[in-house]
Amino acid sequence: MLKIRNLQSGYGKIRVLKHVSMHVDPGEIVTIIGANGAGKTTLLSTIAGLVKATTGEADFKGTNTLKVKADAIPALGCVMVPEGRQVFAAMTVEENLLLGGHVLQKQGKQVLADLLQHQYERFPILRDRREQLAGTLSGGEQQMLAIGRALMSKPSLVMMDEPSTGLAPLIVKEIFQIIVRLREEGNTVLLVEQNAKAALGIADRGYVMETGKIILQGPAEDLLANQDVQRAYLGRERTEKQ
Amino acid sequence: MYWQEDKECMSRGALEQLQLERLQSTLYRVGTHVPFYRQQFSEMKLDYEGFNSLEDIRKLPFTTKQDLRDSYPYGLFAVPLREVVRVHSSSGTTGQATVVGYTKNDIKNWSDLVARVLCAAGVTADDVIQIAFGYGLFTGGFGIHYGAERLGASVIPISAGNTKRQIQIMQDFKTTALVCTPSYALNIADVLFDMGINPAGLSLRVGLFGAEPWSEAMRREINEKLGIRATDNYGLSEVMGPGVAGECEECNGLHINEDHFLVEILDPETLEPVAEGEVGELVITTLTKEAFPMIRYRTRDLTRLLPGPCPCGRTFRRMHRILGRTDDMLIIKGVNVFPTQIESILFNIDGTEPHYRIIVERENHQDRATVMVEVKESLFSDQMSKQRALIDTIKKQLNSELGISVEVKLVEEKTLERFEGKGQRVIDKRKI
Repeated sequence: MLKIRNLQSGYGKIRVLKHVSMHVDPGEIVTIIGANGAGKTTLLSTIAGLVKATTGEADFKGTNTLKVKADAIPALGCVMVPEGRQVFAAMTVEENLLLGGHVLQKQGKQVLADLLQHQYERFPILRDRREQLAGTLSGGEQQMLAIGRALMSKPSLVMMDEPSTGLAPLIVKEIFQIIVRLREEGNTVLLVEQNAKAALGIADRGYVMETGKIILQGPAEDLLANQDVQRAYLGRERTEKQ
Repeated sequence: MYWQEDKECMSRGALEQLQLERLQSTLYRVGTHVPFYRQQFSEMKLDYEGFNSLEDIRKLPFTTKQDLRDSYPYGLFAVPLREVVRVHSSSGTTGQATVVGYTKNDIKNWSDLVARVLCAAGVTADDVIQIAFGYGLFTGGFGIHYGAERLGASVIPISAGNTKRQIQIMQDFKTTALVCTPSYALNIADVLFDMGINPAGLSLRVGLFGAEPWSEAMRREINEKLGIRATDNYGLSEVMGPGVAGECEECNGLHINEDHFLVEILDPETLEPVAEGEVGELVITTLTKEAFPMIRYRTRDLTRLLPGPCPCGRTFRRMHRILGRTDDMLIIKGVNVFPTQIESILFNIDGTEPHYRIIVERENHQDRATVMVEVKESLFSDQMSKQRALIDTIKKQLNSELGISVEVKLVEEKTLERFEGKGQRVIDKRKI
């Protein structure tokens, strides 16, 4: 579904991504883990067209997304749930959701109404709060809204940037359960996470990033068993004194 | 039947993507964790981070058996020893021993890859598999063992040797699959015959043979004598052990597990890629090994890639059974001769047994090669003329195939020493 080869990008003179190659197959949860500043968000932003790539290829269902403007990418079926939710605080829950469906506007009101119902079924709490301003929701509810908003465009790939940030452990668990459910419904998810243990716990495969490079990749269970990953990201072992 | 269909039948495009991803992270790991490679990369001013395509592999340095010896024991390990859960070693019969290691993930992958090879050969969870490879430091025994367990077969870890006991167990335990070296399979067949046991009465149906080069003629011989379908498989401890490649039931070339190994076929002299389908040295880069990654390991094994897709549905490229070794190659009177060539010729001649020796000597600066081959006892009780005729036939065929004249000696059945592990059929007495 998504195939990336030798992607390089950065901000100004700063080179962040260095020859990143990775892929996502349909129906998979693929996670990208790594420490702060490893380049995980830059990778997602480059795929989404928000950061311009200097070299490389990003093939999404046959389209090179690097040549497509950021605002046209959701229409291809590739949406991003940004870090920190970024819901429109001054708008109601329902307005936020409908905004997410703007790329399907041409398909008529009925399609949007059905999709809206679908999100309410998936997140009953959003139905209860449909008239409420998004800014008044709790962190977990806002995350659900951000996910629901992304799903309103019937995407084939959902990219999630740190959905666990700033959420209580119990809520994080719920969010991750939602992600698993998304896969069960046939969705494909590319999940960027600092919470490596939780992410690898639900993912099929994973990539480990460090300073803009992918240093390890493989089935999630293999990464969980990998000592480098355990040391660096899972906190299994105290750092040894050199 | 596939073991990991999503991998074994993946499209070429998806495979190349996966190979590139895995190569990039392997290079990063060896470049940072293995001093040998870090030094080489920096000496060559190699920007291994700037790898854009699989073709770029040609910029990388080679690794040879000597490098492994120089790094004895743990020099090439990419992880600290505490993460290594298994260590294997080469016997060291041909020089300083070499040591290889495996992490938990390596063992898991290894088991899966061997399970693929077994599955491709037709072994299922219902089989009773007798592993007559040596256990211990040699990778053959344990490698097949873990794969067979992973597959769910019933494993008899009998190890090599004690042929009569092998046969006893084969009968009593109703062994259906046999794994050993091809020469040992023939050895077992001989002992079966001596004991007056009809192989048709055994439950044996498939055999996986490897660890030494063998020929198509030898396969027919084994199939006939044991009443099984023999398949070839390939591996070497330096890159993992068994599980690198294996034949499917088509018995037409060995599928290389390309998602874990990137192979090149190179001219052993120029080290440039040979033309598609030509014979050359097999060079392997591991793509997933954690403890002991290898970059462009020169196997010294000669093979060629086979063209076209395989009817079995696997998309992995097939290689021809090993044609010989660059270092086994005998240069007799200036002509390159591989023992396997001589073997094929002998096996196709009526009246000879599949046991032979090649003795090369040098007298007055002249090479002289003698082939000793076993023949049926009956021939010796016959007239001399029949023996002479047979010698003539063999000589003629060897001469026309190899382009050199070779002495031929007939010996009685069972006079040549039998092998339980890898056979040593060439005795080179030349002092050069």
